[in-house]
Amino acid sequence: MNPGDTILKIQDLHVEFPINIGTVRAVQGVNLELKKGEVMGLVGESGCGKSTLGFSILRLLRPPGRIAGGSIVYRGQDIVKMGRKDLLALRGSKIAMIFQDPLTSLNPLCSIGEHFVETLTTHERSIGRREALERSGKMLESLGIACDRLREYPHQMSGGMRQRIMIGLALIMNPDLLIADEPTTALDVVVEAQFLDLLGDLKNRFNLTIILITHNLGNVAQLADRITVMYGGAMAEVAPAGSLFDRPLHPYTRGLLASIPNIKLDQPKLMTMPGSPPDLVNPPGGCVFHPRCPLSIDLCPTQRPPVFSLDGHLVSCWLYRDSS
Amino acid sequence: MRNLFRYIISRTLMTIPMVLILLTVIFVVLRLMPGDPVSAMLGGHAPEKVIEQKREQLGLNRPMHIQYADYLWKICHLDLGESMVLQQEVTETITEKLPATIELTFFGMLITLVLGIFLGAYAADKRRTMRDSAIRLYGIVVYCIPVYWLGLMLQLVFGIWLDWLPIAGRTGPRIFPSDFERTGFYLLDTLLMRDWSSFGDVLIHLVLPAFTLGLTLSGIFVRLTRANMLDVLKADYILAAESRGIDHGKVVYGHALKNAFIPILTMMGLQVALLMAGAILTESTFSWPGMGRLLLERIYLRDYPTIQGVIIVFALLVAFISLLVDIIYAVVDPRIRY
Repeated sequence: MNPGDTILKIQDLHVEFPINIGTVRAVQGVNLELKKGEVMGLVGESGCGKSTLGFSILRLLRPPGRIAGGSIVYRGQDIVKMGRKDLLALRGSKIAMIFQDPLTSLNPLCSIGEHFVETLTTHERSIGRREALERSGKMLESLGIACDRLREYPHQMSGGMRQRIMIGLALIMNPDLLIADEPTTALDVVVEAQFLDLLGDLKNRFNLTIILITHNLGNVAQLADRITVMYGGAMAEVAPAGSLFDRPLHPYTRGLLASIPNIKLDQPKLMTMPGSPPDLVNPPGGCVFHPRCPLSIDLCPTQRPPVFSLDGHLVSCWLYRDSS
Repeated sequence: MRNLFRYIISRTLMTIPMVLILLTVIFVVLRLMPGDPVSAMLGGHAPEKVIEQKREQLGLNRPMHIQYADYLWKICHLDLGESMVLQQEVTETITEKLPATIELTFFGMLITLVLGIFLGAYAADKRRTMRDSAIRLYGIVVYCIPVYWLGLMLQLVFGIWLDWLPIAGRTGPRIFPSDFERTGFYLLDTLLMRDWSSFGDVLIHLVLPAFTLGLTLSGIFVRLTRANMLDVLKADYILAAESRGIDHGKVVYGHALKNAFIPILTMMGLQVALLMAGAILTESTFSWPGMGRLLLERIYLRDYPTIQGVIIVFALLVAFISLLVDIIYAVVDPRIRY
């Protein structure tokens, strides 16, 4: 597969969580296309559906969550319709995932080595324990951890080390897609910066395609080639990273960027967006963002905006109905 | 490892004051209870003189603190004394009855754990389904049923109506345990002798009592396991394991159950006392010749030394098992070090 080929194509994805007061429509008709070798940043507020989208790619939604419609095509195979066996073979081996909290993502009763051996033997039946340990040791060393720490347990490691172990576990099978769900949220700033450097480095070394889910725009600015901004379970804007920061089109993206504190400006108060994220059980009609939108027009509350293409941006907003 | 050894020593030493306190309480309470071995033996109409003579013979006419000191002195020499109603050393009686109780409680606990843990884990995995509700209902119902009533019902159904299983004793009438007594654990004895027909007989006699005891206690383990599993299944490392392509069953019954097992282990240690209490009732229901029935019989006869001896042994068993639980903790959980 050449760089630039489409590796993952999500079309009209709907994810629902039926709960007793109704149905939470966590993801409502998202389209996303991922090219081999690119880093896609997925940003938005808490509860906007970005993590849910990430989990649905591996069909790891917790019950009662379910994919209600749409397709997720990975190299020609639709993951949504995939059988159990194929799915297990895909998870961890072709598409890997790392999670928010490295402190709780490792089983406290299993040594680091056991984690690696289990992952390796799950996907390669023929591999022996010794060979598995050897390969794991090499992986750890390439991440800057001494290989004799394989014998140790998660509680004996620092947070940054555990996150590196998580990424080692994710990459041990040489996957071509990595989904990173807020991988630095639980780390302090220094370790966070080191980790992002490492991620960028690994991307080149392993020829990875990465989906970086985060609410921290700084993270994506550093790593991402393209950025998808999500709001209320729907896609607001997709754009190349630089262009998104320079010239945001969607009013939500603008609000998001304006609320990043800027040290150069003399701001007495942080900029905030008025209102709060939408109720996804009873989402507002039309555009989900219209109750908070400063530029809302009479079309917004009634009709959901389609995606308009403009200067390399894909934007879902009525303001651009005439421009494309 | 050396620390673990030290821990075991200190825990063992701690059982000494525990047993002493328990012993003192039992000693006093028994003597405060109305009646004594003499009146229990001779009945209420014996002549005053005979009663006095008997009391003197048993040493019951001495002041209580002298009796207590005397008893403690014997205990320090590992002598539990002689029964006050039968010509028997207490130690001998207990060695004869203890294997029966251990056999029963061991299999009872085994049934409890296997049923309780498996059903609990299964229910947690299938939470909020019909199967989950059914298992939860089972847990509550079984927890509420008194041991002896369950025993009687099992006897009625499997012993009388269906006539599948024997309802009393450890062996059938054609088997003579005196022939194969070596350890007193009949299953082990018959196994060592390769006497398969006796082994089968002993085994079917064990089924109903062990299930009675095991089922009753399994309820609490079902609920406990389910609750712990629900917590553990929410943990990130479960999702992380699934994201690495590890089979769901392996994640639930391997990763999750292992983590849920630690609080279950605590409960196991605490439930041993309840298990003993259950054993006493089960033994009475099934005419099981063990410590429980011995205790009950001797309480009627006010046989002070035997009652005290049985209670000491029960206390030591409970202490021993909770120590064992602590050691297993350290084996299962790398975070626990002594």
